[in-house]
Amino acid sequence: MASSDPAAARAVRIHPSDNVATLLDDARPGIVQILGAERLNVTAVEPVAAGHKIALHAVAKGDPVLKYGFPIGHAVRALNAGEWVHLHNLASNYDERSSSLDVDTGAPTDTAHAYR
Amino acid sequence: MLTVDSPTWQGWLRPDGRKGIRNLILVIYTVECAQFVAHAVASREEDAHVIGFSGCYDNAYAIRLMLALARHPNVGAVLTVGLGCEYTQAGRLAETVRASGRPAESFLIQEVGGTTRSIANGKALIGQLRAQIRDVPRVPMGLGDLTIGCECGGSDGTSGLAGNPVVGRFFDRLVDAGGRAIFEEIVEQIGLKEILLQRAANPDVREQLARTYDKAEAYCKSVRQWSASPGNFAGGLTTIEEKSLGAFAKSGSRPIQGVLRVSETAPGPGLWLMDSVPDGHYMQFGYTNPNDSEGIVDLISGGSHIVLFVTGRGSVIGSPVSPLIKITGNARTYERMREDMDFNAGTVLSGEQTLDAAALDLLGLVTRVAAGEPSRPESLGHREYFIMYKHQEPPGLQQGCRA
Repeated sequence: MASSDPAAARAVRIHPSDNVATLLDDARPGIVQILGAERLNVTAVEPVAAGHKIALHAVAKGDPVLKYGFPIGHAVRALNAGEWVHLHNLASNYDERSSSLDVDTGAPTDTAHAYR
Repeated sequence: MLTVDSPTWQGWLRPDGRKGIRNLILVIYTVECAQFVAHAVASREEDAHVIGFSGCYDNAYAIRLMLALARHPNVGAVLTVGLGCEYTQAGRLAETVRASGRPAESFLIQEVGGTTRSIANGKALIGQLRAQIRDVPRVPMGLGDLTIGCECGGSDGTSGLAGNPVVGRFFDRLVDAGGRAIFEEIVEQIGLKEILLQRAANPDVREQLARTYDKAEAYCKSVRQWSASPGNFAGGLTTIEEKSLGAFAKSGSRPIQGVLRVSETAPGPGLWLMDSVPDGHYMQFGYTNPNDSEGIVDLISGGSHIVLFVTGRGSVIGSPVSPLIKITGNARTYERMREDMDFNAGTVLSGEQTLDAAALDLLGLVTRVAAGEPSRPESLGHREYFIMYKHQEPPGLQQGCRA
């Protein structure tokens, strides 16, 4: 279902095996045009900001999230196609702190006690 | 097949045979107590930059780092300023610099007698040093004479798509022209050990890279600090692995010739990885990359004439000794922080330019800055630096002296 809707937000899939794409524009719910090895589209089910990632298809809980053709972490719950993929549903395989950060601002929540 | 007609410009020839793109006077303070006077001495002196070390107790790593900056090819002369009580010896620093063939002076604030006299004394010495480096021989320089470092900071979702890949293409061209390229941030190559090892020029380098990677991963685990910040997350990066894949793109595609430690000059042409991670020691001080300025100073200590700084979110820092060139792959950042940004790699994402065309434009900019055109941070007067307590084994102890 290729679309050349000029209003559609664009996203890049870097490697053919990637299950996420990176938004070049801010996306509203609706069609997102995926630029990459082959052209395809995905329907965003929620807003996804430029620079952020959108799931290209469903990913099972615990499965690797792939970008650049490499795992950038694992899904902490099942992901649906078109979902925003970020701190709330993707966790690093190394950094245990990242999943505790505020999903919108990235600000730490685990040192709140120090600001009193 | 480097083009832009293989540009050349006039540099300054140093006694060790290296060539500089600036002819600066470096003012170095040896303890926080001398910091105010050192900055006042350099104030309104266009060609004087300041660095220094805050601690009173000395640190071999920091001394080596200050001497690497003092004997950098962009530096013509040095003035060291001490208070007089501290462990780090201002006089010995100046003596070591003089042995490199550069004029160097030093004084202690307690001996000269207070703030006002010390500033006046320092300014008089700056004048004398300037006169002594006026006639440093000029020599033609080309890309093959350049060492260029690259650091990224304030990364976002565009950094791995545009900013860093453009630098990677530029690095390939620089290496092909016989120059030296240094990338660092091994703590931003987490999860990429296999990809990193595949880039080794030979089995010895492969071994060095494996050791360096393992040390970095173990260090990050032990201090529970992974090199990602709130701004990175807000910009769309979710994990250190994701950030690392984008950061590694700045290394381009050429083989890695070896691992440099902080303050070690790249011993030959090609692409080098700088290791800024502390070695195991009874004093486990130091975080790896406390801020961008620290990493940039490390790259300059490795002999970088210019440092490329890729920042998706935007930054306003500069650097002493070597000009900083700021690159963003984020067109919004470029517009919002226009006066601070040198290069817009966002053209690659908007489809206006290919990566190779952008890399060629970047090469043109690097050449102009090498020839004397001030970069944005330079003309705005930014000269940030950060030198910390850290422990690294001197390079000679591990792999023989390559200097």
